[in-house]
Amino acid sequence: MVDHAGVLADRVWQRYDRRERLIRYAVLLVTLMVVVWAVRDIDIFWPWVWDAPNQISSLGARMWPPDPSRLAAITSALLETVHIATLATLLTIFIALPVSYIAAQNTTPNRACLWLGRFILVSSRSVNTIIWALLFVAIFGPGVLAGILAIMFRSIGFIGKLMGEAIEEIDRRPVEAMEATGASKAKVIVYAIVPQVMPAFFAIVILRWDINIRESTVLGLVGAGGIGVLLQGAIDTFAWPTVATILTAIIVLVLIGEAITSLLRRKVI
Amino acid sequence: MLEISKLVKRYGRDEPVLEELDLVVEGSSVVSIVGASGAGKSTMLRCINRLVEPTSGSIRLNGSELVNLRGRELRRARRKIGMVFQGFNLIDRLTVMENVLAGRLGYVNLFQAITRRYPQSDIERAFHLMERVGIAHYANKRADELSGGERQRVGVVRALMQEPEILLADEPTASLDPRTSEQIMKLLQSLASELSLPVLINIHNVAQAKTYTERIVGLRHGKMIFDGAPADFNKEALDAIYGGIEAPEEELVETPSNSAEAGTRGVTHDQA
Amino acid sequence: MTRPEVSGSPSVPRTWRKPPFIANPWLRYGLWLAVIAYLIWAFGSLPFNWERISEGLPRAARIFGGGFPPSFERWGLLFTGFKESFQIAILATLLGVALSIPFAVMAARNVAPLPVYLFGRAVIIVSRSFHPVIVAILFVAAVGFGPLAGILTLTLYSIGFVGKLLAEEIEEIDWGQVEAMRAAGAGYLATLVYAVFPQILPRQVGLSMYQLDSNLRASAVVGIVGAGGIGGTLMNAFGRYDYDFAFAILLIIIAVILVSEGISGWVRKKIW
Repeated sequence: MVDHAGVLADRVWQRYDRRERLIRYAVLLVTLMVVVWAVRDIDIFWPWVWDAPNQISSLGARMWPPDPSRLAAITSALLETVHIATLATLLTIFIALPVSYIAAQNTTPNRACLWLGRFILVSSRSVNTIIWALLFVAIFGPGVLAGILAIMFRSIGFIGKLMGEAIEEIDRRPVEAMEATGASKAKVIVYAIVPQVMPAFFAIVILRWDINIRESTVLGLVGAGGIGVLLQGAIDTFAWPTVATILTAIIVLVLIGEAITSLLRRKVI
Repeated sequence: MLEISKLVKRYGRDEPVLEELDLVVEGSSVVSIVGASGAGKSTMLRCINRLVEPTSGSIRLNGSELVNLRGRELRRARRKIGMVFQGFNLIDRLTVMENVLAGRLGYVNLFQAITRRYPQSDIERAFHLMERVGIAHYANKRADELSGGERQRVGVVRALMQEPEILLADEPTASLDPRTSEQIMKLLQSLASELSLPVLINIHNVAQAKTYTERIVGLRHGKMIFDGAPADFNKEALDAIYGGIEAPEEELVETPSNSAEAGTRGVTHDQA
Repeated sequence: MTRPEVSGSPSVPRTWRKPPFIANPWLRYGLWLAVIAYLIWAFGSLPFNWERISEGLPRAARIFGGGFPPSFERWGLLFTGFKESFQIAILATLLGVALSIPFAVMAARNVAPLPVYLFGRAVIIVSRSFHPVIVAILFVAAVGFGPLAGILTLTLYSIGFVGKLLAEEIEEIDWGQVEAMRAAGAGYLATLVYAVFPQILPRQVGLSMYQLDSNLRASAVVGIVGAGGIGGTLMNAFGRYDYDFAFAILLIIIAVILVSEGISGWVRKKIW
C-alpha cells in the first residue's frame, strides 16, 4: 500500500498511511456522533444523574452494618442455589452431547441434522438465562424446576457449541484406523472420538458449572428459586442490612465456586 | 488370494488417480508398491478395504467380491483386512493394550467395547502377539508415551489382532528413522511368513523394497508400469517410475504434473 | 527413549483389565458413593411443587398457542425499547472501557503500590462476582427506575471484565520499555502513557468491541428488574400475558444478538 516514490519525495514521518488515517477518522467521527446522539436522545432526567453519587452512598450507608440474623435462611438458600447450578449442569450434559455430535461437521449424519443441531445451539445461546427463567416460571410456576430448566436451556448452547468445536478438531486418523478394523459407527465413536474429546469435555463442564453458580444467584429475581428469592424479598421490604448480608454471602459463594473450579481443573486435567 | 481387475478411481471430473489397474497377489507373498507421491499407491490400498470408494472395477479377496459391499457386510469384510498406517493412527490417550484390542472391534459387541471386557482368548492373543514384537511390557502404558518404532509395532499388532487374511501397509516406515524402519520392514517380512499372510506394502524407499519384499509393483500416474522380482528392478525401471521426478530416496518435491493428484490424495483422507 | 526394565518374571499376566481412572479403590468407590449421596440429597432437599408443575404442559400449550404467530403490531414500543438498549450499551461500553484503564492500572501488581493494588483488585472481584442483574436491582433501588441504573450497572460490569483482562495484560508487559522510559527521566504518568499504554491499547480496541457485544446482550436483561431497555418491555409483555408480543420481542432480541455477534467478530478479526 505504501507508495515508495511518495515516501521518498516527502520524508514526513507518519504513523499511518492516508487511507488508514481516513478510515480511522471516519470511525472516530461515527463513534462520536453515535455517542452524542445517545446522550441527547436517552430518556434520562439529568438532575438525577448529578444526584446519583449521593443516592448510592446513602444506600450504602443504610446497608451498614450487615444484619446476620437471617444467616441460617441465607445459607440454606445458597445451598439451593448450588443445587440448582449443579443439577442443571449435570442434566445438561445428557442433552448437549448428542446435540454437539450432530452439530459437528465431521460427525453429523446428514445436512438436516447439522442444521437442526446448529439451530438448537444458536437459539439456546441467544436467549439469556433469566429470559429462559421468565418463560419457565410462566409455564411451571415459581420454583426450582423453572430455575433448573432455565439454566439447562442456556447451558445446552454453551456446552454443545464448545463440544462441537472439540469434536471438529479431533485427529481423524484413529477414526480411519477404527473404521478399517470393521468397527461399527457406535464403536468408532466410543473408541476413537470419546477419548480424544474427554479433556475438553471436563474443562468445558467445569467452566460452565462456575458460570452457572453465578447465573443461578439471579434466578430468584423472577421467582425461579435460589438466593435471589431472599434478595428480592429483602429489597422489597427495604431490609437493607439483610441485603448486605446476602450480597456478602453471594461473593463468598462465587469465590468458593472459583476455588473449587480451579482445584478440579488441576486435578482432572 | 487378492485379485484386482480394471480398478478405476477418479475424484470428481479430474484425471483418474487409478486407471484400469490389474493386480493379483497369491499365497503369502510380500509385495511392495513403489511410485512417486501421487502415483495412486495410497488410493489403491484404501480401495481394497474401501476407506476410499472405487469408481469402477473389481476387487476379490479369496473369491468374494468387495466392491459392492454395504453396511454390515462391508464391516465383516474389513475385519479380514488388516491395515498399518504411516502415522500409526493410534488413539494416543488410551493404553497400548486398548489400542491393540481395538483390532477386535469388528468381533466384540458394543457393550464389550465400551467396558473393555474382551474375551479371554482375545487377551491371550494380544499378549502373545505383543510378546512376539517385544512390546508386552508396555501393555498399560499410554500409547503416546512410546517411541515411533514401538508405536508402529502397536499398529502392526492391532492389525494382526483382526486375524486378517491380508495385511495392507501404507508407508509403514515413512515416519520412522532409517534404523527403526529397517526393523519394521524385517518384522513385516517375518510375520508374513510365520502367519502365511500376504502383505502389500506401499513404500518410498526402493532399497528397502528390494531387500525385504519378494515382488515389486511400480505405479506411475495410476498405471502399473513394473511388476517383477526385486532382482529385475533395474535402473530403467527406476527411471520409468520416477523419471522427471526427483530421486526416490530424497524428500519428493511435487512436480507440477503431480501436484493436482497430490491435492486429491489429501482429500482421500478426509473422505475416508 | 527410556525403556523400562522388563519385569523379572518371564510370564506376563494373562488377564487384563483396563486400569481404572482412579487407582485407589477406596477413593474410587467413595467418590461414586459421594456423587450418589449428593444427588439424593440435592433432589430430596429441593422444594418441587409437583401440583403446580403438573399444570405446566397445558400452560405451555396455552403460552405457545398465544405466542404464535408473534405480533409486531406495537412495533413503536419495540423500537423504543431497542433504541434505549442500544443507548445503554453504547454509553456503558464507553464509560466502562475508559474507567477500566485506571482500575486496571490500580489492579496490576507491577505498576501499583500494594494498598492501591488491593483496592483495585477488590473492585474488580466484587464487580465480577455479581451478576449484572443483581447490580441492576441495587442501582434501581438507589437511583430509581430507568436507563441511568442500566448504564451504571453495565459500566461496573465492563470495568470488572475489561479491567481484569487489562490488568493481566499490564502485568505481562515488556518491562524493558518501562525501564527505558525511566532511564530517560520520565515521571510516573509519562511512563504509563508512553511505555505501558502503547503495549496494551491494541488489545483494548478489540476488547471494547467484545464488551459492546456483551453489554448489548446484558442490556436486554437488566431491563427485567427495571433498569431500562427492551428487557422492561419484555417483562411487561410477559406480565400482561401478551405472549404474541413477548415472542416478537424475543425473536428480535435473538436476531439483534446474532447480528451484533457477527459484526463484533468481524471487526475483531479486522483489527487483530
